[in-house]
Amino acid sequence: MMRPLLDIRDLRVEFGTEQMPVTAVDGLDLVVAPGEVVGIVGESGSGKSVTSLAVMGLIDYPGRVSAQHLRFDGRDLLGMSDSGRRGLLGKDIAMIFQDPMSSLNPCFTVAYQLIETLRVHQGGSKTALRERALALLQQVEIPDAQRRLNAYPHQLSGGMSQRVMVAMAIACNPRLLIADEPTTALDVTVQAQMLELLLQLQRERGMALMLITHDLSVIAQTAQRVVVMYAGQVVETGRVPDIFKAPRHPYTQALLAALPERNLGRERLQAIPGVVPGQYDRPSGCLLHPRCAYAAAPCRAVRPALSGDSEAQVRCHFALDPTGHPGNGWDRTA
Amino acid sequence: MFGFFLRRASLIIPTFIGITLLVFSLIHMIPGDAVEAMSGERGMDAARYARLVHQLGLDRPLYVQYFDYLGHVLQGDLGHSIVTQESVLHEFLALFPATVELSFCAMLIALAIGLPAGILAALKRNTVFDYAVMGVSLTGYSMPIFWWALLLILLFSVTLGWTPVSGRIDILFDLPPVTGFMLIDSLLSGEPGAFRSALSHLILPAIALGTIPLAVVARMTRSAMLEVLREDYVRTARAKGLSRFRVVGIHALRNALIPVVTVIGLQVGTLLAGAILTETIFSWPGIGKWLVEAIHRRDYPVVQGGILLSATIIIVVNLAVDLLYGVINPRIRHSS
Repeated sequence: MMRPLLDIRDLRVEFGTEQMPVTAVDGLDLVVAPGEVVGIVGESGSGKSVTSLAVMGLIDYPGRVSAQHLRFDGRDLLGMSDSGRRGLLGKDIAMIFQDPMSSLNPCFTVAYQLIETLRVHQGGSKTALRERALALLQQVEIPDAQRRLNAYPHQLSGGMSQRVMVAMAIACNPRLLIADEPTTALDVTVQAQMLELLLQLQRERGMALMLITHDLSVIAQTAQRVVVMYAGQVVETGRVPDIFKAPRHPYTQALLAALPERNLGRERLQAIPGVVPGQYDRPSGCLLHPRCAYAAAPCRAVRPALSGDSEAQVRCHFALDPTGHPGNGWDRTA
Repeated sequence: MFGFFLRRASLIIPTFIGITLLVFSLIHMIPGDAVEAMSGERGMDAARYARLVHQLGLDRPLYVQYFDYLGHVLQGDLGHSIVTQESVLHEFLALFPATVELSFCAMLIALAIGLPAGILAALKRNTVFDYAVMGVSLTGYSMPIFWWALLLILLFSVTLGWTPVSGRIDILFDLPPVTGFMLIDSLLSGEPGAFRSALSHLILPAIALGTIPLAVVARMTRSAMLEVLREDYVRTARAKGLSRFRVVGIHALRNALIPVVTVIGLQVGTLLAGAILTETIFSWPGIGKWLVEAIHRRDYPVVQGGILLSATIIIVVNLAVDLLYGVINPRIRHSS
């Protein structure tokens, strides 16, 4: 495997006080190869967004970020100066967010906000910058781009705003684009177009795309590899076709079972009982065990480690076999 | 933008009419007898009284009197002072620059200190600096102006002797009024030391008058800034790799200024009200002192005219602030 673009080992993000820390990300390992599309999936509160903000260095006090290492293209992000890190942001690592309508500054025109990114990282004459901004808007397929340059964000629709955000993110040809729920706030009809646009840009530019979502069907359409997160931990990673065919973690299995297309003809959608554990109810043993259909005695006592190779990993004492049943000598009564 | 201007400007008319009604009825609310008050005569005989009633037009129906008054006001005729016999408008215009100069400098001090203090307090929230700024500004806001002004005079004028106690400029200088603004006139005169003298006379009253607006601006800036710093677009700005100065000073501040500008507009009323106290204490020859003296002398045409003009100025300034609001907030400008 070639040198990873993003290499995260044992990332921890904590909020709250030193005495009463709230763990948002708990020992996360993640590797993204150049030009790869990785999907990160999990419920609300599983630490997906916090992970991406930690990569961007946008976690503010009182949040604390630590890791064995957090490298981008071999460079240690945590050891970098603030200005050194800012030099990467928007240039080599870019990010788009969930809510495009509030992510653009309402006081400035589209042109101003687009050109600002270009000017800070690359510079150039006023007319050249404006031309490049126009070209970027055309690349993200904004109709009537010339006129939109002078528009204010409140004059744009949600889909249009997200396209502007994408244009801003790809302005300096980043090597990694983090998209945090890029389609969640958009109309269903626009969602598919947005994903198509992101994938097309990813292919054309050969950039790596880290796609964060709670929607497995989005992953199925887009990603090569998927990372399933639960309560701040990675519970399973693997190639998309493998995981969709034969999930090895009970949580992944339950997520897949909750997909509407796998519930055709049923009265009710299958759901996972309970919610992601919060600050005060982090369980002992496996973090999933209170919600897991297969929880047995060891699950309540011992927190499982992530096992497997770089291709596929799973964090479960009784990883599921290809038939979807718990293996490794599982016995509920034991 | 032009439509926006017209919509805002059209709101002036009913407000103005309301003020004229209020000021007009003032003459009928005067304690004692209106004729005696207006003429300044006491104990006159019935024939003279009747003649004066007719002369003052008080025997006509109220609505006729009102429209007559309104007609005069619209032509710029606000009557004459009972004491000096000068035209009220003329006196007002002669004194107004002094008040503008004082208020402008007070606002300048308020903004120059209040904005940075508010921004820094927001950035360093819940630190000693934040608590200090908020504590001091609350103290400033709560302090009675006249007491604060006297304290300033005691310390800087009496004890330290750094500044004069009252007036606009040292009586040794006899400057021709060109603009009416002493700072500018003293510069134009070319007399050595004149500008320095004008400035030293101005500084204490400006501080006294600017204290409340300063406190309001600092607190408003802080809270607006705190709100804006949590917004998604600030996160976007940081994700673009912008410097901290650009993120705070441009992306956040531009949005935080929207509520602050509104507050600044509302402070103009506070400034004119405060000018009455400040000018009286510092013997600053502006409209505040003029109005107080008119009230003491029961010079009703001056009181009427002064109130009408001050109120009109406050309306106009608030209109200007509304327009400025449209300039800095594109969402207002474009909404129909």
